[in-house]
Amino acid sequence: MSIDQIIPALPEVFVACMVMALLMLGVFQKGALADQDVKSFRLISGLSVGVLGLTVLLVVMLADRQLMAFNNMFVVDGFATYAKVLVLIASAAAIVLSAGYLERHGVARFEYAVLVVFATLGMMMMISANDLISLYMGLEMQSLSLYVVAAFQREDQRSTEAGLKYFVLGALASGMLLYGASLVYGFAGTTNFSVLADLLKGGAPSVGLVVGIVFVVAGLAFKVSAVPFHMWTPDVYEGAPTPVTAFFSVAPKIAALALFTRVMMEPFGDAADSWRQVIIFVSVASMVLGAVAAVAQRNIKRLMAYSSIGHVGYVLIGLCVANEAGVRGILVYLAIYLVMNVGAFACILCMKRGDRMVEQISDLAGMSKTHPMIAFALLVFMFSMAGVPPLAGFFAKLYIFWAAIDAGLVGVAVIGVLTSVIGAFYYLRIVRVMYFEDAEDPLDAGVSRELKILIGVAAFIICFFFIQPNLILEPAAAAAKALLAG
Amino acid sequence: MDWPILSLVTFLPLVGVALIAFVPADNPENSRRVALWVSGGTFLVSLLIWLNFDPTTAAMQFVEEAAWMPIAGISYRVGVDGISMLFVLLTTLLTPLCVLASWDAIKVRVKEYMISFLILETFMVGMFVALDLFLFYIFFEAVLIPMFIIIGVWGGPRRIYASFKMFLYTLLGSVLMLLAMLAMYFDAGTMDITKLLVHDFPAKLEPWLWLAFFASFAIKLPMWPVHTWLPDAHVEAPTAGSVILAGVLLKFGGYGFLRFSLPMFPEASVMFTPLIYTLSIVAVIYTSLVALAQEDMKKLIAYSSVAHMGFVTIGTFTLTVQGVEGAIYQMLSHGVVSAALFLVVGVVYDREHSREITHYGGLVERMPVYGLTFMLFMLASVGLPGTGGFVGEFLVLLGAFRANSWVAALAATGVILGAVYMLYLYRRIIFGKLTKERLAKILDMDRREIAVFAPLVIVTLWMGIYPSSFLDVMHVSVDNLLKHVETALAAAGHVNLAGR
Repeated sequence: MSIDQIIPALPEVFVACMVMALLMLGVFQKGALADQDVKSFRLISGLSVGVLGLTVLLVVMLADRQLMAFNNMFVVDGFATYAKVLVLIASAAAIVLSAGYLERHGVARFEYAVLVVFATLGMMMMISANDLISLYMGLEMQSLSLYVVAAFQREDQRSTEAGLKYFVLGALASGMLLYGASLVYGFAGTTNFSVLADLLKGGAPSVGLVVGIVFVVAGLAFKVSAVPFHMWTPDVYEGAPTPVTAFFSVAPKIAALALFTRVMMEPFGDAADSWRQVIIFVSVASMVLGAVAAVAQRNIKRLMAYSSIGHVGYVLIGLCVANEAGVRGILVYLAIYLVMNVGAFACILCMKRGDRMVEQISDLAGMSKTHPMIAFALLVFMFSMAGVPPLAGFFAKLYIFWAAIDAGLVGVAVIGVLTSVIGAFYYLRIVRVMYFEDAEDPLDAGVSRELKILIGVAAFIICFFFIQPNLILEPAAAAAKALLAG
Repeated sequence: MDWPILSLVTFLPLVGVALIAFVPADNPENSRRVALWVSGGTFLVSLLIWLNFDPTTAAMQFVEEAAWMPIAGISYRVGVDGISMLFVLLTTLLTPLCVLASWDAIKVRVKEYMISFLILETFMVGMFVALDLFLFYIFFEAVLIPMFIIIGVWGGPRRIYASFKMFLYTLLGSVLMLLAMLAMYFDAGTMDITKLLVHDFPAKLEPWLWLAFFASFAIKLPMWPVHTWLPDAHVEAPTAGSVILAGVLLKFGGYGFLRFSLPMFPEASVMFTPLIYTLSIVAVIYTSLVALAQEDMKKLIAYSSVAHMGFVTIGTFTLTVQGVEGAIYQMLSHGVVSAALFLVVGVVYDREHSREITHYGGLVERMPVYGLTFMLFMLASVGLPGTGGFVGEFLVLLGAFRANSWVAALAATGVILGAVYMLYLYRRIIFGKLTKERLAKILDMDRREIAVFAPLVIVTLWMGIYPSSFLDVMHVSVDNLLKHVETALAAAGHVNLAGR
C-alpha cells in the first residue's frame, strides 16, 4: 500500500497517533495513585482540545474532492467533511465543558479527555465508512469509549448504572446491526456501499435484503435514540455525569445521524421506497414521544433526553424525504442542534448550589435575577429549540419541513409542526421557572470562565444566525450534493 | 426617497435596545428615557413615510430588496402600500405611549421591560412592511417571544397560565400557516408577496392553503371560538401589554386576511365566506353578551375587542369597497380606541390596584378629566358619530348590506349590544355618588397621563371628523385588491357577485 492510499484517512491517522501519545504522556505525568490528578487532567484536556482543533484544519484541507482508501472501505467527501467538523467541534466543546465539573466531583482524571478523543476517532471513522464492516468498526470504537465515559464517576451508583445500562443495550443494538449486515451480505453478496448501490439500481431489492436493511435501521435507530429504541436514553442521560450527558447528546448523535444518512442514502438510496415507511414511523413516533413524554419531566437532564429524542424525530423527516433537500435539511439541523445543545448543557452545568450540582427544573427558579446573562442565554436556547423565529432553531426546522413539503410528505410535516407546539410547552416551562418564579434558595453565583465563553458564543450564534444563514446553509447544501453525487 | 426609510423605522428600536442594554440596571430612569426617545424618534421617522406616500398608486412603495438566503429563494424585501402603511403608523404611535404609560406602573426590571417593548416594536413594524412571505412569517411569529415575557414577568396573578395560553394558541395556528407557505412556494416558485398576489393557485390546493392561513389569522384576530386566550392575556398583561395586544397584535389577523387570504385565494375566500359570516356574527352577538356579564373591566374590554373584530371579518369578506375599507378603518380606530380604553383602566388600576367594576363608582366627583376622557373613548367604542369608531362600523354595515342583508341586520344588533355594555360599564364606574370611602382620596390624572391620552384623543376625533385623510390613503390599494379578486373570480367562472 502506497502512502497516497493513506492520505484520505490522514485526519484519522493523526488523531489516532496523537491520542496514543496523549495517553502515554498522561500515564507518565500522573503522580502517585491519587484518585484525581488535576495537573495532568488539565494538561491532557488542553492538549486534546488542541489536537481536535488541528484535526478540523486537516479535515477541511482534504475537503475539495471525493477520495477513497483501504479498498474502498473508507470514503472522504464533502458530506464527511461537514459532519466531521461538527463532531470535532462537539467533542472539543464537551472536553471544555467537563473541566470544572470533574474537578469539583473529584474525578478529574486525564483518561476522560483521552476517552473522548478515542470516541471521536470512532465517530470520524463511522462518518467515513463506505462498507458495513468499516461502519461496524467505527461504531464499536465509539461505543466502547462511550460506555466507559458514561460510568466515569465510578464511585457514583447512578453513573455506573448508566454505564452498564448503556453497555448492555448498546451491545444488543450492535448485535442487531451485525445481524442485519450479515443478511445484507447474504442476499447481496457484498458489504461495500458502492457495490450495493450499483446492485440496487437494477430494481426492487429482494425480501431478505429488505429484512437486512430493517435490522440495520433498528441498530442505527438505537444509536441515534429514536423511538422505539430510545428506552436507554433518559436513564443514561440522567445517570451519566452532566458533561458526559452533554457530550452524548451532541457528538455521538451527530455522528450516528450522519452515518444513518449515508447508509440509507448511498447503498440503499435506490431502495428508498422499501424503507421509507419504517423511517416515517420511527420519525413520527420519536417526535410524538419526545414531545409528550418530556412534558411530565422534573429533572432537566431527563427533559433534555426526551428533547433530543424529539429532535432526532425531526432530523429523520429529512431522511424520509431521501433526496438532496432532505439531506441538506438534516445537515443544517445537526449544525444548529449542536450549538443549541452545547449551549443549553453549558447552562445546566452552571446549576450548582453549595458546590453540588442540582438537576431539578424547579432549581432554576429565579435564575433571571441571580444570573441574568445565563438565564437570558438559556431562554434563547429554549425558544430556539421550540423553533420560534428569528432564532436558529426555527431555520433548522424550516429546512426539514421545506424538504418534506417539497416531497409531498404533508402528513409527516403536519405531525411535525403539531408536536413542535407541544414541545414548545415544555421549553417554555423552563423559561417560566427562570423568569416568572422567584428563587427560594438561589443557585451559586460563581460560573467558570470557560462556561461563560461557551454560553456566550452559542447564544450569539443562535440569536444572530438569521443575519448570515448562508454560512451554514451553503456548506450544508454542498455537502448534501456531494453525498448524492457519490 | 432614496434612503431605506422602512428598514430604518423597523430597526431603529433595536438601536434603543442596544443603548438600554449598556446602561446600568440600577438607574431605571435612564432605561425609560432611552425607550421614550427612541420610540418617539421612530414615530417621527414613520411620519415621513406618510408625508412621502403617494396615495394615487396601488403599487408597493419605498421598496427595498436584498439577497438573504438565495438557496431557498428568500430575500429581505420590504415595502408598503395603502393598506399596510397606516398600520405601521398605528404601531409607531402606540409604542411611545406604552412606554409613557408604564413610566410609574412598572417598578421592577424596568430595563428588561423597555427592551422587550422595543424589540416588540421592531417585530410588529417588520410584520407590516414585509414583502417576503418568509420574512413576514418570522416577524409574525417572533412577536410571541417578547409578548410572552411581558405577560409572564410583569403580569397579574394568573400570568403564567395566560402567557402559556397565548403563546401556545398562536403558535399552533401559525405553524400550520408555515406549512401552507412552503406549499405556496413550491407552487409559485417565489416567496415574493407581490408576485404571489397575482399568482393563481390550483383550485385543489387553494382551500387547504386558505384554511391553514385561516387557522393562524382566526386565532390571532381572534375569532370566536378560538378567542379564549385573549381575555386571559388581557386581564393578566400589564396595562401597556394590553394596549399593544389590543392595539396592534389583534390587527395581525385582519391584516393577514386582507394581504393573503383575500387576494391570494379568492375562490376559497368566496367558498368559505358563509363560515366567516357565521363565526363573525356569533362573535359580535355572543361576545357582546358575555361582555355584559363581566365584573372585570379589562375582561369586558377584551370581549368587546372580540366583538369589534367580528365587524372586521364581516367587512373584509363582503368583498365590497365599503366593507373592506370599513374593516381597515375599524381596525385602525379599534387600535386607537381599545388601546385608550386599556389605558383608561390602567389609570385607576395604578391608583387602586383593582379592576373590579364594583370597586369603583362615582369617580366623576374626584376625577372630572378622567371621566371626560373615559367618556370620549367609551362613546368611540360604541361608534358614536364624530369618533373613529363610527366610520368603521358604518362602512362595514354598508358593505354588509350590499352583500347580505341578514348579516348586516344581525351585525347591527351587535352595535346596540355594544352600546349597552359600554354605557353600563361607564355608569357603574363614573356616575353615581362617590360613597366608597377608599376612593375618597383618589386623584385625577396627572400631566404625564394627560400627555398619554392627548394624542389618542386627537386621533380619535380626527378619524371621526375627517376620515378622508385616512380613507384616501387606502382607497386605491383597496380598489386594486378588489379588482384583482373580481378578475380572479370571473376567470374561475364565478358569477359577478351582484356587480359589486
